[in-house]
Amino acid sequence: MQLQEFQAKKLLSQYAIACPPGAVAVTPDEAEAAAARLDANTIFVKAQIHAGERSAAGGVRAVQSARDAKAAAGELLGLKLTTSQTGPHGQTVKSVLVEAGIHAERELYLAIQIDSLSGSIMLTAGRGGGVDIERRFAARTLELESLLLGMKGERHPGDIVELSRRIGLAEGSAKKFRELVVKLHRAFVEFDAGLIEINPLVLTAAGDLVAVDAKLVIDDNALYRHPDLKELREDEHTDRVELQAQRHQINFVQMDGDIGTVVNGAGLALATLDMIGAAGGSPANFMDIRTTAKSLDIAQGIGLVLENPRAKVLLVNVFGGGMQPCDTIAEALGIAFHRGPRILPVVLRITGNNEDLALLRLANFKLPKTECSDMWQAVTRAVAIAQGRA
Amino acid sequence: MAILIDQNTRLLCQGMTGWAGTYHTNRMIQFGTKVVAGVTPGKGGKSHLDVPVFDSVAEAVRTTAANASAIFVPPDRAAGAMLEAIEAEMPLVVVVTERIPVLDMIRVREALAGSRTRLLGPNSQGILAPEVCQVGVMATDRAKRGTIGVVSRSASLTSEITSQLTDVDLGQSTTVGIGGDPVHGLGFVDCLELFFADPQTEGIVLIGEIGGTEEQDAARYVREAGIRKPVVACIVGRYAPSERRMGHAGALTLHAPEDVESKIAALRDAGVMIAPSAHLVGETMREAFSKRAA
Repeated sequence: MQLQEFQAKKLLSQYAIACPPGAVAVTPDEAEAAAARLDANTIFVKAQIHAGERSAAGGVRAVQSARDAKAAAGELLGLKLTTSQTGPHGQTVKSVLVEAGIHAERELYLAIQIDSLSGSIMLTAGRGGGVDIERRFAARTLELESLLLGMKGERHPGDIVELSRRIGLAEGSAKKFRELVVKLHRAFVEFDAGLIEINPLVLTAAGDLVAVDAKLVIDDNALYRHPDLKELREDEHTDRVELQAQRHQINFVQMDGDIGTVVNGAGLALATLDMIGAAGGSPANFMDIRTTAKSLDIAQGIGLVLENPRAKVLLVNVFGGGMQPCDTIAEALGIAFHRGPRILPVVLRITGNNEDLALLRLANFKLPKTECSDMWQAVTRAVAIAQGRA
Repeated sequence: MAILIDQNTRLLCQGMTGWAGTYHTNRMIQFGTKVVAGVTPGKGGKSHLDVPVFDSVAEAVRTTAANASAIFVPPDRAAGAMLEAIEAEMPLVVVVTERIPVLDMIRVREALAGSRTRLLGPNSQGILAPEVCQVGVMATDRAKRGTIGVVSRSASLTSEITSQLTDVDLGQSTTVGIGGDPVHGLGFVDCLELFFADPQTEGIVLIGEIGGTEEQDAARYVREAGIRKPVVACIVGRYAPSERRMGHAGALTLHAPEDVESKIAALRDAGVMIAPSAHLVGETMREAFSKRAA
């Protein structure tokens, strides 16, 4: 779960991490009032969404007066902002953060994240922070230094100070940088974060470090330990369908094609999409039914596919395991079609544990179905139906 | 011989008395696995499925000489169960539980360093040595004892590919799921190493997918080890929906080639045969053998 910038800054300020003075506004008038309270030559009005890369999409405005802040807020509030991280449908701006501009002596990049390879926490820092960092990194014009941290912090005393020298910080700043990393690491562990990114981290003329932008991603699997953060989740998901699927133990991604897919397990689901592509077809969705889903959950997931007006055929590719035998999926199909907004032709490839029981159940449901014994046969059949060739 | 487990495996189930633990322990007993103990704190001294239950792993090991553990404990207590098993010097721990917080796994990895424990998972379907021993929750009907080792990041795709191998008359020595979580125990390289060293295993199937760099690491290992047994790989996710990008830091780790093509290229360069599609893995392995025989 990615928090909005103002939420992240609020949480990080509990750890005495310095952020620019500012306030959140949900109306242009509030933005004007917030700007009037700031003692700054330049004021930033920043769209609050659950995604990054806002500057490039016009979601961050620099203004010189409270009146201009009001005008900028008027433009941003209610806008559907599409950035490289929002997905194609964008996210609606419901609030803006009005913040004092901070004069930067230097801009730095700082991130703490999970490193899956080493199975530890990784600190990454670079000389040049700011916008467009992805492109500069890809073009190799940005150098990043990294350091592995343990659950308790730096593994050897002096590691962080040594890294700060490598990014060109002088003695006094190095000490402050270490203090900041220690606080961020504590926040990372205590919030069960997957990523904390400060970009840019500004070094002021007075030698202070200020988090001008902050990104905080919380590990979804750990949300049970953070009931207060869980509440922020609801408005994160702009995609109603995906959120509904999540509630029913199903990983679901809406796609543009016409072949609805019902698959158990992420690997088999990816393989199914690959085969549809190879057969010249186009999937309407990605579906990975988790092993914890019960038949009623799965029926809800299938219902989401039936609701999609683009879907012309339902391709079921299931290998029943110990956790989720075939008959559970069969039962779900029956329920979904019984309840469903409409009937679609079904191409069925269902094998593994309790396969016989599943086929017996399905016979009672009288679905418009074609049974296939292997998955390639099922895929090519579904593609033919979608293309009107069968 | 299979890898990791065999007929001498004496299994302990942590969380055996819960719903999932009961169901799967029963399946494993039916399969023929020697389940010697269960551990559920507070239920020590009782018996469940005719298996003695203990309060702690250490006590169960002392009494029953268990040498492997399967964990069916819910996510909020799974890390505690793993740490207890590591502390009791359990040689093998298989974690089926999914949705464990990633920082819990980092804590576990810190405890694993320098320990005597090999840990598989979490979010793993487990290990299957067909007709010999099952430690996990996978489908078993279509598996057959033989000479192919299978290592995978995905449970249902492993069942599918195991079934394809059986169809072309290639049985399996062992199938292993390393689990779908970013921070986990044994990886592709560890399993390849074990399969290369295992006399029963004559060929290896590696089932990978988009994300991470473990497939590239596996390719590097195969190249450096010098291929001694045919390896067939299947990498899925070419047509995956374009994910919302994780953001800078996530994307920044992408400088290591991460898409399917680069994984395939790395593996192919290492002499690994690539299955052209997930439904052709059995066929590809059969081809690999006939080429070698020719």
